[in-house]
Amino acid sequence: MVTRVTSFRRNGLSDWLIQRVSSLILLAYFLFIGVQIANGIDYTSWRALHDSTAMKVFTLLAIGAYVAHAWIGLWTVFTDYLTEYMLGSIGKVVRPVVQIVVVLALVVYAIWVIQVIWS
Amino acid sequence: MLRVSVYRFNPETDANPQMQEYQVETGGRDLMVLDVLEMIKAEHDASVTYRRSCREGVCGSDGLNINGKNGLACITPLSDAVKNDKLVVRPLPGLPVVRDLVVDMSLFYAQYEKIEPYLQNSSPAPAIERLQTPEDRAKLDGLYECILCACCSTSCPSFWWNPDRFVGPAGLLQAYRFLADSRDQATDDRLAKLDDPFSVFRCHGIQNCVNVCPKGLNPTRAIGHIRTMLLKRAA
Repeated sequence: MVTRVTSFRRNGLSDWLIQRVSSLILLAYFLFIGVQIANGIDYTSWRALHDSTAMKVFTLLAIGAYVAHAWIGLWTVFTDYLTEYMLGSIGKVVRPVVQIVVVLALVVYAIWVIQVIWS
Repeated sequence: MLRVSVYRFNPETDANPQMQEYQVETGGRDLMVLDVLEMIKAEHDASVTYRRSCREGVCGSDGLNINGKNGLACITPLSDAVKNDKLVVRPLPGLPVVRDLVVDMSLFYAQYEKIEPYLQNSSPAPAIERLQTPEDRAKLDGLYECILCACCSTSCPSFWWNPDRFVGPAGLLQAYRFLADSRDQATDDRLAKLDDPFSVFRCHGIQNCVNVCPKGLNPTRAIGHIRTMLLKRAA
């Protein structure tokens, strides 16, 4: 049996809602960045864009949405496929290990992004 | 002659399941898959084991995997099922096999029991019956017709992966049947019991359930209604 102790909010509705709201934030962010790049951008204007407080907040919002979206999505995938049903008793070990690796990767990624945009 | 390949497994004597082939003379008739199984049992091999009862799509006993698609053997004609002059019959996927085409439905029934499939109403019972308006009664159409054959739940990957936690399409269709019932007073309690990451939200909208339901019902739509009710309840 897979447990839900590592679910994002331990509540299906919250996870479901966060997944959808975060996808909209990410869509808006990548569309905005895509439009900027399509319009032609050089280093100076790219730097100026990311120096503005509004853009920093938008980027922070996007990375927050990314972390939440990735965690909920991967948690769902892991609890579907990396289970005792699929892997036998080793599933009890494999899933927590993979989850810890993913959490660490997401935290490191978030810290890295924050450092880049505020430095 | 129709080539029929049937899944055979007796846990008491066989180490592994195997497919056994039979040549069945259908006389060119468009028989139902159950008729072919009956012919095999009567004329070829009396040990072939399967469930059947009403033979007209009402009891839900003979849910089988027929040429890769779940369905009721008694109402699936050969013209719909046979591919390349071959009929392949397996038990419903994802459930433990008791013998040949008979599966252990305990997990399926445990999920059905979990949604408390009965009216809950604590107000004093009227002298005759609890009445509904025609409009309220109409809300149950497309829900009450389920015969619990398990074709939908056993075609659902989410149910294969988490049969102990995910209620499955059949159970959720019935959950919504009672949530939508104007005579039921346990709506909030029912929703509270479904508000975890597995019971409802493990549905990924794959819609295999809609594809295979022999009664033409739509569990995915019912699950969508439950999600909406959960959202309104939490808002």
